[in-house]
Amino acid sequence: MSSFVMPGERVPAQHVNLKLGPGLSELSVARGSGKGPVSHQPVVATRAGLLNHSSNRSKWWVEGNSRRYVPAAQESVIGVVSGRSGENWRVDIGAAHPASLDGLAFEGATKRNRPNLKVGSVLYARVSLAHKDMEPELECFDAQTRKADGFGELKGGFVTHCSLQMSRLLLDPKHFLLPLLGSRFPLDVAVGVNGRIWISTKEVKQTIAVVRCVEAVDPDGGGMDETRVKKFLGEMEL
Amino acid sequence: MRPPSPSIPEKEFVYEALKQSLRLDGRNHLDARTPTLDFRQDLGWVECGYGKTRVIAHVEAKMTKPPPERPLEGIITIHSEISPMASVDYEPGRPSEEEVTITRMLDKILRRSDAIDKESLCVVAGQRVWHLRLTVHCLADAGNMLDCACLAGIVAFKHFRKPEVEVIGDEVIVHSPLERSPVPLAIHHMPFCVTFAFFPDPSMRPVLDPSLLEQRLSTGQMSIALNAQREICVLQKAGGVPIAAEEVLRLIDIAVTVAKDLDKFVEKRLQEDLGSRKIEVM
Repeated sequence: MSSFVMPGERVPAQHVNLKLGPGLSELSVARGSGKGPVSHQPVVATRAGLLNHSSNRSKWWVEGNSRRYVPAAQESVIGVVSGRSGENWRVDIGAAHPASLDGLAFEGATKRNRPNLKVGSVLYARVSLAHKDMEPELECFDAQTRKADGFGELKGGFVTHCSLQMSRLLLDPKHFLLPLLGSRFPLDVAVGVNGRIWISTKEVKQTIAVVRCVEAVDPDGGGMDETRVKKFLGEMEL
Repeated sequence: MRPPSPSIPEKEFVYEALKQSLRLDGRNHLDARTPTLDFRQDLGWVECGYGKTRVIAHVEAKMTKPPPERPLEGIITIHSEISPMASVDYEPGRPSEEEVTITRMLDKILRRSDAIDKESLCVVAGQRVWHLRLTVHCLADAGNMLDCACLAGIVAFKHFRKPEVEVIGDEVIVHSPLERSPVPLAIHHMPFCVTFAFFPDPSMRPVLDPSLLEQRLSTGQMSIALNAQREICVLQKAGGVPIAAEEVLRLIDIAVTVAKDLDKFVEKRLQEDLGSRKIEVM
């Protein structure tokens, strides 16, 4: 059902209610070329990976792996504050450009009552605006409810990097790793789709174990399966 | 451009872990990563890896006229540049602080320590000498590119073979490698570089072969270049946290053990590689 595509390849995606997911985009062809009615624009892959589509062929997407994040709207990311420009904070999310976060884009923030961020603070934020020609913009509250809902500053813990596919796997509730680690020791984790993970546990040894397991299970680093992870944890005495 | 400082949680966590003598990749504080050496078809081309850090070194030779002030010696030049391929923190064009350190150390360790005999590179005195050019490419930075680059450099020189040359009267005949087997360079000794990183609190002991995060969070680094015969070529400690003299001597002893292990490892890898090639001796 899935075939491998390279960037630039045409994809036979035609449907009345066509929805294109990540890795695909429509080529705009000039209309009125006199060759008859062109009802659908040609669709082209922009990333290398496996081409997938839903059973009724209305949703198409490309699943690939990379380490470099390209911002897209409504995605939750982990960023590190790298500076300030006036009212806004400059936040590094691992994309080509630093993102900008309004100082008031937090739940319950007013001009007199702002959150106290420092250069080097780690944040969990939502990308509110992402166009290829502009700097991405972040917000620290949920779009509909305007409540924090987990967004905001992440204190303590540790931040590690992984590939983008690994962060998507960790966000999948059916993946084995986080429940397995959670059964051994209490654990707080925030996963950003930009390939960054924030981990907080009670002991340094436990956080180091989580970091090493994430690196081992990452498809880039070998893709360890469940039985080998259990043995790995046993070696680390957990 | 200075690489961005690590975030506050990363800094606090690494310091806390170091106080408990724990490192992020599970190593002990005096464990170095196992180096890997990969050779290819060309003689004098090697890819050296320390964990995820990767450096390629490549030696080429051509004949030139020597400068008039040194007519009896060959010329060795070293070119090293860190491109943005190594990490997003490096900018093309402007040499970063790390790049300047690596260039200077490579120069001191490989050229000025007389590891390679320059007089044997002379073909016709005052007219023709070999000009060896070492190019070092840093492919990936996962900490301690300096040790990786120095290892790659010296192994590339040891691996390289220069074409056999015959001088008949005034004529110089350079034999192609297919006619006569090429000749190894005259190497006096094999210097290896060993780097330690220091941290602000005395309860955080010095760490051997720092990873990227440890390197960024260190408040001082000391690099020792020495060979397996316990001879120190370079000891570099540019600024940073002051270290007691006994501590320096203790670290040098550790560096000696590391250098001896590296020497055995390099010898073994070079033998394996030579065994798989056909350089017939006529």
